[in-house]
Amino acid sequence: MENILVLIHADESGSALSKASLEAVTAGKELAARLSASLTIGIVAKDSASAASAVASTGARLMAVSGEAFAQARYASDVVATEALCRVAKATIILAPGTSRFARVAAGVAHRLGGFIDTHITVLGGAESVEATRWFYRQRVEAVISRSVRPWFLLLDAGTHAAFAGKSQPVQIEQVAVELPALRTTVSGFRAPEQGQQTIRPDAKMLFVAGAGWTKKQPDGQVHVGEASELILGFLRATGASLGSSKSLVDQSGEGNSVLPFLTHLNQIGQTGSTPRHAKGLSTCCHGEEPHVVGWRFIGDRRAISLDPNCGWTRGKADVVYIADAFPVMAKVNALLEAKKR
Amino acid sequence: MANILHIVVCAGIVPDPLQTLEPITGPSGPGLKNEMVLPAVLDPWAACALYEAANLAAKNPGSKLWLVSLGPKAKLQQVMMTVAQKVPFELVPIDGPIGGFPDAHSTAAVLAESIAALPDLDRAKLLLFGGWESATRGAGVTLQLVGERLGITDHFQGVDEISLREDGSFEVLERVEGGKHQVSVCVGTPAVLGWATGNLAEPRNNPQVGMANMRTIMPALAKAKAAKLDSNSLSYVSVSLPKQQRETHVVKDLTPDQIAAELIEWIGAE
Repeated sequence: MENILVLIHADESGSALSKASLEAVTAGKELAARLSASLTIGIVAKDSASAASAVASTGARLMAVSGEAFAQARYASDVVATEALCRVAKATIILAPGTSRFARVAAGVAHRLGGFIDTHITVLGGAESVEATRWFYRQRVEAVISRSVRPWFLLLDAGTHAAFAGKSQPVQIEQVAVELPALRTTVSGFRAPEQGQQTIRPDAKMLFVAGAGWTKKQPDGQVHVGEASELILGFLRATGASLGSSKSLVDQSGEGNSVLPFLTHLNQIGQTGSTPRHAKGLSTCCHGEEPHVVGWRFIGDRRAISLDPNCGWTRGKADVVYIADAFPVMAKVNALLEAKKR
Repeated sequence: MANILHIVVCAGIVPDPLQTLEPITGPSGPGLKNEMVLPAVLDPWAACALYEAANLAAKNPGSKLWLVSLGPKAKLQQVMMTVAQKVPFELVPIDGPIGGFPDAHSTAAVLAESIAALPDLDRAKLLLFGGWESATRGAGVTLQLVGERLGITDHFQGVDEISLREDGSFEVLERVEGGKHQVSVCVGTPAVLGWATGNLAEPRNNPQVGMANMRTIMPALAKAKAAKLDSNSLSYVSVSLPKQQRETHVVKDLTPDQIAAELIEWIGAE
């Protein structure tokens, strides 16, 4: 019989659970029910009490590694914490959210336990065994995999399961003691890109994709970078959308050209960027394969504004393509959004 | 005072991103149709790691840079003809299978063994670099597994910047959720850094660097050890292309005002 352990961690506050952690709890609950397996939840947090309360209604065995050293994400401390939780739980299958914190350490823990790891899991299926779906070649090829060797770590992609929402209640937690090695790394905090306001919003309903066309010469023979910046930022302000960009546009920023100043490589989607999950996506001035094929893989409802009626990359990838100049369209969209607000 | 660094970059080769990929299943498991004839490039994020490593090595005289790459010898040779012109490095080729379907644990074991066997490597000065994910398997675990096998306990993933200080300590910016960087300071080498894009542009081709590199690359390729990768019980139930093909509605005859009105309705729709 499988012993399922769901590893979760607190967010930056040190005590509350992140959405990705709550999604992993749902996945663990469903898998345990399907396999008639035992379910344990292991928490890594500075203060595990409130995190444990939030998942108490799962009825799972709850254990935690807590303390000041676990307030921040650091390989050396997180690896011993998660290893200890896995050993105490005698877990055969370990589910964890694919957050930056667990993505950093999970492979190391799997190695220390003599186990194996697969990441970016989007679906957990199979009848009597466990089968996991994941993407290869940057979301171009989809595969279903299985392993017979245990322990097996599965890191789940965010947005693939509903977040667990049970009633918070007081609960007893088993505290697992760990011996920390000498810590050589100190986490000093977080830094947002210097280019101004934060334009990456993972929880936004919409992704707005800006392509290199925004910085090309317009019908008057001039580039209108300032106007493009205002239109894009105005739309983001009015809708709360997240901003993605094509590689070519971000690369122009890196090469010191006069381009959209708020874009960094963190905005980049596609082959060497991210593949975000949003309900809707609006692509503008973008003609490459990467944003449409790879970057848009997990976008639900997709529309594009493009000057090229024959763009092969929007055909078959977008639901609606408007053949138009994005400058006047977005100016009008922003004006309508502004009027709606008033 | 400059610090002497021994930087090892792990970088695989991947099909050119613009190629159409078609999975097939052969006797040894899944693969890509015509995989050996698809044009290949150095894995994009690992290439960023290589350029950052070369930049760091150049700023710290006496440092050494190795590029460890696992792939079919003939493909490695093709890709190195271009990569060798970018920055100076010593190639450590391992003759093995191509593609994203072999198990990451086996790949890591082979890489760690090759790195541990490097005759001039001082592990106390080691910075193990690579891409935080490959463009093939994209698991983001190989580097951590290599690091564990080499006994390194300071790991950073999604790195965009490293700033080395005079005392040998360094500050690292790692990508975390919400478009932010986590800032950490490590007391010094050894450490593992899985790079995201970093901040450097791709270096221009330099034929002189290319010629110098090729003098050591060709003999190294000739002596490349063959590696066989274990499946470690990993089995593939299915491998397929995604079926999502959208029926695209192309709208050609609307004015900007009409398009804007449609978009507003769409944005507001639940």
